[in-house]
Amino acid sequence: MTKPDLDRIITYTEALREATDQEMGRDPSVVIFGLDVDDPKAIQGTTKGLLQKYGKERVFGTPLAEDAMTGAAIGMALAGLRPIHVHIRMDFLLLAMNQLINVAAKSRYMYGGKVNVPLVVRSMIGKSWGQGAQHSQGLYSFFMHVPGLRVVAPTTPYDAKGCLIEAIRDNNPVMYVEHRILHFQKGPVPEASYTVPMGKARITAIGEDITLVGISYMQLECLRAQRYLATVGISAEVIDPIWLSPLDIDTIVASVRKTGRLVVVDNGWTTCGASAEIAAQVAERLQDERPIKIHRMGFAPVTCPTTPALEASFYPTSRDVAAAAHCLVRPGTTWMPEERADLQCIDFKGPF
Amino acid sequence: MTNESLYQSLYRIRRVEEEIAKVYPTDKIKSPVHLSIGQEAVAVGVCEALETRDIAFGTYRSHALYLAKGGDMKQMIAELYGKDTGAARGKGGSMHLIDLPKGIMGTSAVVGTTIANAVGYAYALKYQRKDAVVVSFMGDGATDEGVFHESLNFAALKALPLIFICENNQYAIHTHQKLRQAQANIWERARAYGMVSERIEHNDVFKVYERVKAAVDALRAGQPGPYFFECMTYRWKEHVGPNEDYNLGYRVRSEAEPWMQDDQVPRIGALLDSSVRQPIEAAIEAEIREAFAFAEASPFPAQSELYTAVYDEA
Ligand SMILES: Cc1ncc(C[n+]2csc(CCOP(=O)(O)OP(=O)(O)O)c2C)c(N)n1
Ligand SMILES: [Mg+2]
Repeated sequence: MTKPDLDRIITYTEALREATDQEMGRDPSVVIFGLDVDDPKAIQGTTKGLLQKYGKERVFGTPLAEDAMTGAAIGMALAGLRPIHVHIRMDFLLLAMNQLINVAAKSRYMYGGKVNVPLVVRSMIGKSWGQGAQHSQGLYSFFMHVPGLRVVAPTTPYDAKGCLIEAIRDNNPVMYVEHRILHFQKGPVPEASYTVPMGKARITAIGEDITLVGISYMQLECLRAQRYLATVGISAEVIDPIWLSPLDIDTIVASVRKTGRLVVVDNGWTTCGASAEIAAQVAERLQDERPIKIHRMGFAPVTCPTTPALEASFYPTSRDVAAAAHCLVRPGTTWMPEERADLQCIDFKGPF
Repeated sequence: MTNESLYQSLYRIRRVEEEIAKVYPTDKIKSPVHLSIGQEAVAVGVCEALETRDIAFGTYRSHALYLAKGGDMKQMIAELYGKDTGAARGKGGSMHLIDLPKGIMGTSAVVGTTIANAVGYAYALKYQRKDAVVVSFMGDGATDEGVFHESLNFAALKALPLIFICENNQYAIHTHQKLRQAQANIWERARAYGMVSERIEHNDVFKVYERVKAAVDALRAGQPGPYFFECMTYRWKEHVGPNEDYNLGYRVRSEAEPWMQDDQVPRIGALLDSSVRQPIEAAIEAEIREAFAFAEASPFPAQSELYTAVYDEA
């Protein structure tokens, strides 16, 4: 096997565009649509050039009709197409819940395995610049709850490309979750087509004292926290689950078996969320084996406020994660790292 | 309604939004802003026909509706600045304006949602035997959504005291109505659900006022609703943000020009003697300066505010 070319640096959005382009080139049954996919901004560039290359039967903007277009996507999938339906905010998926949960997730099982719904639903989580109540929600745990759906939330450009190709080729509905801030990430991405296998987590930093699991954008905050912790001699292992359903709990359990401590940092609310699921599964697996300490972090249990003055405390930061991890490793002591310029989160500047 | 009151309202909205566009590059307004510049005549024509007790529901593009319905300017600008003194205490931003004493019941960032809320409000008013009416503002894009059709059907079925106002600026973000709908006849579809419906051309503030006033009078007299008005208008600026966007290529400036030439602000201004017009303008300029100064000087919400207002704990 040749080593993949990791010298090529592109952005997350370019990786998404490339994955879609390569799959559309390879398989004429792949079609992509959604509000604004064919407009000048081309969904942050992720659908740029596809209309010119593949034509308007395979690449089209839709009316504002999330419910009907999701149902139509399912119909297309039943007929043998591989639709990719794009939503610029995850919040808008709430208009499509009936078709996603009652039909897409259920069809294969309730028809005794006779049909498939090979559908990919891309959606983006917003953050900052006043996204507020209705443009900032990370609702993937809704979909993790439902058998029949797959859920993936890649963090790096490399995984963005490989997971999208894996999702398109999968014969089941896949909820593909992006984060608006991750769109700006750059990283190594081989040009040749590849897949990132479903249900496999990635250990993104090796450590001994504590396991940090960061979901979606929170993976970046965990990696920053790991560096803060290193300055006080705490070695954190960081895991990116990548796929939330199926979830690679084995990799997480193996890490916590070693460290005895787990912090799950989610890009959503903790109650009934992905962090609750991961924590519960780890506890079930390790409770008879060894003592463990578990802590969950996520959105404050309130609606996302628009004012930056409050939004700043709505999201856990890398320093909050580091402080919480420190508290588990060295109970009874408190510590909050001084903010470091190189570990600040990138701010998104509007208008949208 | 007088020429003075129309001009007062039109000029006020235009100038506030121009100031927002001017301040925006300073990053003091960390909120998406969907400007109504060019579209003011619809909100003004409608709201001139309403009383304070009447109720309005709007969209994320509601600076014009909010101000035309009498919304507090200071609270609006403070809200855009994310300040504690804002209309939603900094928690909602430009897309979620509210002023209950003025009958502004809220604006939503999810397209189409408030259409159904307005229907329910009108149902309640009818049940409560109140003589107020409800207006529901929506864009042309919202009429693509299923909720539009479901809401109109129910409103007609229950003959509700409700006026639907579709601000048809022909675009949903960058996508023309023609690329989203097979027929450019939103008003006719509304009529098919069983309501009086009409298209009002040319962003004409007098026509909008006249038609909506007649509808309000009929509803107040206890005649059955709802009514539907498709008001043709045009957005001059980009979908969201302070700039123009004719360079993007989805539309050309020449399409906007007739609308700009027909600008309702100077049109109505020209009907007034300068001895009448100038004091109106001077008062508004002072009000705007005051509103921005108020927003600047106001404090941000205290950290403890993050956890308030999730539930009513009273
Ligand atoms: C349910 C839903 N789908 C998509 C969006 C994204 N979106 C925001 S504004 C907009 C266009 C709406 O156009 P229109 O109703 O004509 O209002 P206008 O912006 O022209 O005033 C879209 C698609 C949304 N906010 N809500
Ligand atoms: Mg529109």
